[in-house]
Order: sequence, then structure tokens, then C-alpha cells
Amino acid sequence: MESAKEAFAECEVGVTGEAVAVPKQESHRVSHVRPVQPRPSIRSRRIEEDPCVKVQGLSRSFGNGCAYCLDPRAVLERNRCPRCGTVHAVRDVGFELYPGEIVGIVGESGSGKSTLMQCLYFDQTASSGSIFVKPYDGGHRNILELSSQEKRRIRNTVFGMVYQNPYLGLRMDYSSLSNIAEQMIASGDRSVSHMRSRGEELLGQVNIPTVRATDPPRTFSGGMQQRVQIAKALSNNPPVLLLDEVTTGLDLSVQANVLDLILQIRRDFNVSMLVVSHDLGVIRMLADRTFVMLDGRVIEEGLTDQILEDPQHAYTQQLVYSLL
Amino acid sequence: MEQLYNFAFFDEASKREIRRAILKGIAIPGYQVPFASREMPIGRGWGTGGLQVTLAIIGSADVLKVIDQGSDESVNAVNIKKLVCATTDVETTSETVRASIIQSRHRIPEEPLREDQVLVLQVPTPEPLRDFEPSEAVTRRLHAEADYTGAWLGLFDQIIRYGSTTTGADHPVKVNGRYIMAPSPIPRFDTLRLHMSDNLTLFGAGREKKIYAVPPHTTVEPLDFADYPFAVEDFSGKACARCGATDTYLDELVDEETGDTYYCCNDTAFCASRVERAMGGAVHGKR
Repeated sequence: MESAKEAFAECEVGVTGEAVAVPKQESHRVSHVRPVQPRPSIRSRRIEEDPCVKVQGLSRSFGNGCAYCLDPRAVLERNRCPRCGTVHAVRDVGFELYPGEIVGIVGESGSGKSTLMQCLYFDQTASSGSIFVKPYDGGHRNILELSSQEKRRIRNTVFGMVYQNPYLGLRMDYSSLSNIAEQMIASGDRSVSHMRSRGEELLGQVNIPTVRATDPPRTFSGGMQQRVQIAKALSNNPPVLLLDEVTTGLDLSVQANVLDLILQIRRDFNVSMLVVSHDLGVIRMLADRTFVMLDGRVIEEGLTDQILEDPQHAYTQQLVYSLL
Repeated sequence: MEQLYNFAFFDEASKREIRRAILKGIAIPGYQVPFASREMPIGRGWGTGGLQVTLAIIGSADVLKVIDQGSDESVNAVNIKKLVCATTDVETTSETVRASIIQSRHRIPEEPLREDQVLVLQVPTPEPLRDFEPSEAVTRRLHAEADYTGAWLGLFDQIIRYGSTTTGADHPVKVNGRYIMAPSPIPRFDTLRLHMSDNLTLFGAGREKKIYAVPPHTTVEPLDFADYPFAVEDFSGKACARCGATDTYLDELVDEETGDTYYCCNDTAFCASRVERAMGGAVHGKR
């Protein structure tokens, strides 16, 4: 793991290696150089110094923990404490997401990817750590400590979430337009015609025919449901999109459409995205930088091409070489 | 009166518990106060919530009026009246002006109520967010945080699918600028009459075990959208076939002999009193 850190340093890409192994608190701010822009054509015109989202030491555990497993160096059985049985689904994860950047998270089932996303979206309560969100309050306060009203406002205005399972993200018995309008209503829109036209515009962008706009997503195919979710996530023009396995279970042509759409959204609106996927092809296509998670920890991070071409951690190597 | 039961059916402790819930409801307009809904000699869903409220507040000097869908003579209204009379001996009336307590289902009497009158409404579904969120624990939190997206979303979905809100009755309202409340299935025509009314209105939901209230002179605003304003039922160009009223809530009826459609006041007592006044005493319908 240390060798990974050195390798990155040598490549002068400036990826912080502190998420590898056990990070020390003071190492967070050390030697953080901005990652080079992997796609200058897209990103060169808007380089911003401050991260859009900054996550520090985020943990989510199920169980109270004991003296043994609360030590960050404790050796666990995968993510479970051998002494008290507490499951550490996310352990001390930290990263920064810059405006217009797409960060990929890969890892096997149960490695904590979705839990991490859900902690960001307040679907789950993080056990510890801090998240700073620049578009909300300039990144001054830890959003995990805000009141539930403020958390709701962040959910409605800063984040757009697309769940792996559309049943989590959509109200299946409400019309598609209502699903899209929900966050607009939540942030105070009281004009039906405005919300309707915005909804129809978004449904058009995700290629849902207007005649289906008033149908409930229950009657849609899985791919259409996923696209309605994307339209819903975009309704308030959020600066950050959280995409959890957006293309899993879609057929290839629909996958391609969805991926195109995601790249188009990034290009047109400079939206930052956190993309969770099992599919390394999707990660390769979308992500500028990639984290590899295992047993709740980030074990490797770097430019996507580097992770895929020159994996350092044994698990990452296994993951990449398993690619058919 | 044969004293088989305590006055007003309940024991005093039960009445006190219900009154305490009522007082809390009055103190927090529109907030649903949980209470220990009693087993009643009528089935749940037949007005047990309203009946418990009525029995808890009634005194021997009160005059009771009970209406069901605007009618004093329907089976439900008559049975509730009989039960209250059998256990309290209070006077009953069908004249709104004479009543001190008016228990009602689905209507507010046409005559404006006074400060010294109490309107008790029977409520089947007290939770305006129930369609949106099935969990009671969650809806309580939504109320606490005043997160009322669900109430608006329901109306928005109706407009999107059917072109207008389809709440024929029970249109959600915001009470005192804070709580969103189900006004019980009164028509939209009556919803506006809760606003700044002189009387106290109490809502009892027996099956759902909730009591809530709109105190006198409290704002009650129906939810609507800027481009789809709240509208009451439209009876323009129609008049009651019995009393000729044009400003009341009308029922549409069909004359079985001729097949013609005609309209009558839904509030039968109000209609009858107008006819009586017009005809100088004798009550005779036009039909």
C-alpha cells in the first residue's frame, strides 16, 4: 500500500495517498496537489481551486463498537469486528470532489459504496466524520451536524440522487411529471405550468416520449424508470449528482444512451458527479478519478486510467484482471 | 332518564382524558392529538370520533343537533342523537340557531355559526399526508418539520393527470399558517367557511384515534397553486327547487316521473326554515 503512494507521487499526478492504509489525521492536508485534468478539452476552461464537496473521516458503523474496533488500526474480519460484532460499513473515508469532475467508486458487493452514497444523501446517518459542501454555504459547516430542515434543503437543492433500484428513488404510483416536480415543490415552486414545462423538458432530455409523461413509473420498463430517476435528480439543477449503479441492469443500447446523457449533463451544466459502479467499462468511460473500496475503506485512488492500467493494491489488481 | 350509565355514557375519567386532548388540539390549531379512542356502541367509521368529542363536552344545558350529509333525519344522525339523549336527557333540535353543539358528517350548516356554538366534525382520515406516506412515524416527523411537499404533490399529481384537483371533499388546508390539516370530507364549498369562523370546530377521528381543532378566528387556507387557484363547487345558474336559494350547497336530484334534473339545498333544516318563512308557517315543497 505504501508503494502505491510512492508510485502516485512519482507520477506527479498529485493524488493524495492518505486514504491508502490507515490515515493519520494530520496527513489529510499534506501534499494535496490538484489532480491533472484528464480531459483538458472539457475541463480546461473552468479550473476551480476549491472542492465542491469535501468529505473527511466519514464512517458508518452498525453496532456500538468496542475498545478494540474503535481503534482505526484494528484488524477486522472483513468489515466486522471479531470481538463485538459491529459492522464497519464505511471506515474513515475522505475525498474531495471538484466542480465538473466525475469521481468513480468501484469495489465488490458489500464494500460500502452505496452506504457511502447514502450517508452523503442523508438516507443513512453517518456515525462520524464531516462533509463540507461549497454550493450550500461556501463549505463552512459540517453538513452532518445541521438540522434536519437544512439537510432537507441540501437534499433538494445541492444533491441529485439516482439509486440502483428505481423503487427507492421514485414514487411508483405518482405520474412521472409529479416525480420530477417533487423536489421543485419542496424548494417552494407553486406554479404548475412552470413545473410541467420543466418536467417535460427533462423527460425529453432523457428520451421519454411526452405521451408517457403523465403515466406512473410503475408502468415503465426498468431502463425508462432509470431515466425518469435521472430526470428527477436533475430537476433543481443540482451542482452534485450521486449516481449509484445507474446502468446496472440496463441493456447495452440503453446503457449507451444513459452514459451519453451523463457526459452531456457534465458538459452542459458543469455538474460534479460521484459514480458508483461494478462495471469498470462505465468507470473508464465516465470517471476522471477513481477510488477502490474494500471492506469499507478506500484502498487505492488515482486517475482512472492509472487505476485500470497499473493497479497497485492486490485487490485492485484482482478486480482489473477479472475484467473479461 | 333511567340511570344505567354515567352522564354522557363515559365515566368521568374518560371524559377528562378526551377533554384534555381537545384542549391541546385547541392550543395547537390543526395539530392531530392522539387520544385513547373508546369502544363505542356504534361501529368505528360511523362517527365514533365525533360522538366521543360530543359526549366529552356536553352538559345538561346543551342543545344538540346532529346532521349527516346535511340531513337531520338520516339513520346515522338519528341513532347518534338517540344515544346521546338516552344517556344525557339533553334537548335536541334540527334548528341550527338553537343548537349549542352541532355534530356533523360531511357538512357545515349553511347558517353562519356563532361564538357560543361548537361544531363537531366526524373524521374518517385525519392524516392529510397518508396517501403520500403510509408510515405514521414518518408523517409525524413531516408535520413536526413542516415538510408538506407530500400534500402539494398529491394536488399536483391530480392536476397533471386529470386537469384539475380532484378533491371533491377533504381538500387539505393550512391552519394558522402552520399545520396542514384534513378538514374532514366537507365539500370545498364549506372549506372556506372554516376560515376565521366565529365558532370553535372540533374534529374527532375514532378509528384513527386523533382529535384536532380549529379555534375561533383562526386562518384556514386551502392549498393551491399560483396558476390553479382553489375553487369551490360551482352552482351558478342553479337554484333550490324547494326554497329558491341560490347561495347554498345544492344536491342534484332526478325527478323520477319526468326524468328531469333539479337541485335542492343539501342542508335540509336550512331549506325547511326558509320555506316555512316564505309560506308563513306551513312546510310544503314545490316538487
